[in-house]
Amino acid sequence: MRRETLPGANDAAGPEPTENGALPASGVDPAPGAKPTDAAAAVGAGLDALDTPPTGARTGRNLFRAIASPIIAMAIAIAVWQFLWSQAFWPEFQLPAPIAVWDQILKVVDSGEVWEFLWVSVHRAVIGFLVSVAVATPLGLLLAKVRVVRAAIGPLISGLQSLPSVAWVPAAVLWFGTTDAAIYTVVLLGAVPSIANGLVAGIDQIPPILPRVGKVLGAGRLDSARYILLPAALPGYLAGLKQGWAFSWRSLMAAELIATSPELGVGLGQYLHNGMSLSDMSMVLAGIILIFLVGVGIELAVFRPLERAVLRARGLNGAM
Amino acid sequence: MTATLQAIGTAVRLDGVRKTFGHGARAVTALDGIDLAVAPGEFVCLLGASGCGKTTVLNLIAGLDTPTSGEIELTTGRPAVMFQEAALMPWLTAARNVELPLRLAGVRKPARAERTRELLDLVRLGDVGNKRPHELSGGMRQRVALARALASALDGNRGKAASLLLMDEPFSALDAITRDVLQSELLRVWQATGTAVVFVTHDVREAVRLGQRVVLLSSKPGRVVQEWDVEGLTGPDELAAVDRINTRLREVISSHAA
Ligand SMILES: Nc1ncnc2c1ncn2[C@@H]1O[C@H](COP(=O)(O)OP(=O)(O)OP(=O)(O)O)[C@@H](O)[C@H]1O
Ligand SMILES: [Mg+2]
Repeated sequence: MRRETLPGANDAAGPEPTENGALPASGVDPAPGAKPTDAAAAVGAGLDALDTPPTGARTGRNLFRAIASPIIAMAIAIAVWQFLWSQAFWPEFQLPAPIAVWDQILKVVDSGEVWEFLWVSVHRAVIGFLVSVAVATPLGLLLAKVRVVRAAIGPLISGLQSLPSVAWVPAAVLWFGTTDAAIYTVVLLGAVPSIANGLVAGIDQIPPILPRVGKVLGAGRLDSARYILLPAALPGYLAGLKQGWAFSWRSLMAAELIATSPELGVGLGQYLHNGMSLSDMSMVLAGIILIFLVGVGIELAVFRPLERAVLRARGLNGAM
Repeated sequence: MTATLQAIGTAVRLDGVRKTFGHGARAVTALDGIDLAVAPGEFVCLLGASGCGKTTVLNLIAGLDTPTSGEIELTTGRPAVMFQEAALMPWLTAARNVELPLRLAGVRKPARAERTRELLDLVRLGDVGNKRPHELSGGMRQRVALARALASALDGNRGKAASLLLMDEPFSALDAITRDVLQSELLRVWQATGTAVVFVTHDVREAVRLGQRVVLLSSKPGRVVQEWDVEGLTGPDELAAVDRINTRLREVISSHAA
């Protein structure tokens, strides 16, 4: 290896540090030779203006399509139903008229009972979902970041995700009797695996450069989880939450439908169960429609906008 | 006395550092016995062909990788790093990206906001602070990354300046005009903070303009081939140095063809 000092080079060690950490003012008091720099800045700003992508707005036409299409599809479905009923292929107790189901829904709405059903079921689902999130989030972090944990219980969690949670209802009833505890057990066993797996998938998909950046910027383990891993995994985590909500709602309906008792109150699941006991098909269909509306309603009102906002903020709005 | 001791001390010293990626038949030796010492406050440019292991050297110094053998002695605190790619957090706005190292260092909010504004102005992005990375051009992203690295260098160690700044081709994605401006800004920050800088580049002219010392690496495997003191060169001397180093770089690259 050679080292040479070229003609004209100083051999001074380095510059005298000025006041530590102070940034020298640059644009504030331009040095005598600053003119070309200003001109350069103007040219540079011109270049930036050229290569900043325009941000497009959603057109009214898209909005119309988003709202009108499902309404039209629903109208067609109801028309087919009405037609089948009018042909009387099946007896009334198997296929009631659309209007009879509508009347049934109006009846529970008018009497105010519907608010009780909704309150009982929705507040259970929300509490169960929130507890699931609180359990699944640290669990997912551990699964993603600690190799032993992943090897030990990773397959178990994935397996649980594909086990229908209704299978837990008999066990839960034998453990806890027909109580809220049994219902929450079923909901948790349904929702926790999908939320945890969503978080694991989200963390696995983080570009490896980002945690490295976090490390050189001085993030410790906790800061790294809070400022880098969780936000970076947010799209996958949200997908897990959305699925977790769907699983909470399903598990809750299965539990309410099977575990009925006076001290549990009447939720949508029990309403459905009562319809079956009374062989009242219009009541059963009204129950199904209410369950469907709550599930879809919460997804559309809460998860869809959240997901859209998160993806859009990252420029991942191709699918939306 | 202390001053002299400091002057002969090192900010970082690499001693026979080897780095091999992979195992067995597919192993790639990226670095083979790198010796390099950087004095406190010194500005060193690493020069070498693509794939010769410059990024690997920086990763090792930054502690993101461990050497296969050899030693790295770091006497400064955690170095500030600017990566070859912008690597911005896609969920944060440009300003929040610049703010992140300050937040992690526990700098208070008003000071954070002020430093962030100052640095965004420095890289001439004062009015796009609230845009997300995907809304910026490649060169603009690179400048945000530069501002973030400078934030980390200036206040990243609990509000104090880092004494070592590692930069991996920070200006290679920029147009000539912007590069010119930012090179002088970098020199100014360096002079103001007295931090040592290890600066990776492909561009001989840039290396001679910025560095006090230029270190040339060979490739496959990477070794230090030659060093030049280039501090304070101007006019014809500078051009002559660029020519000389360019010639040597060509020799090194063509020796691989043989
Ligand atoms: N993680 C890795 N696994 C295997 N090989 C690697 C890895 N990282 C780097 N290498 C190899 O090590 C060598 C040096 O890579 P490095 O990225 O340090 O080059 P570089 O000098 O920074 O190149 P450039 O100027 O193109 O950025 C290359 O041959 C590369 O293929
Ligand atoms: Mg590189």
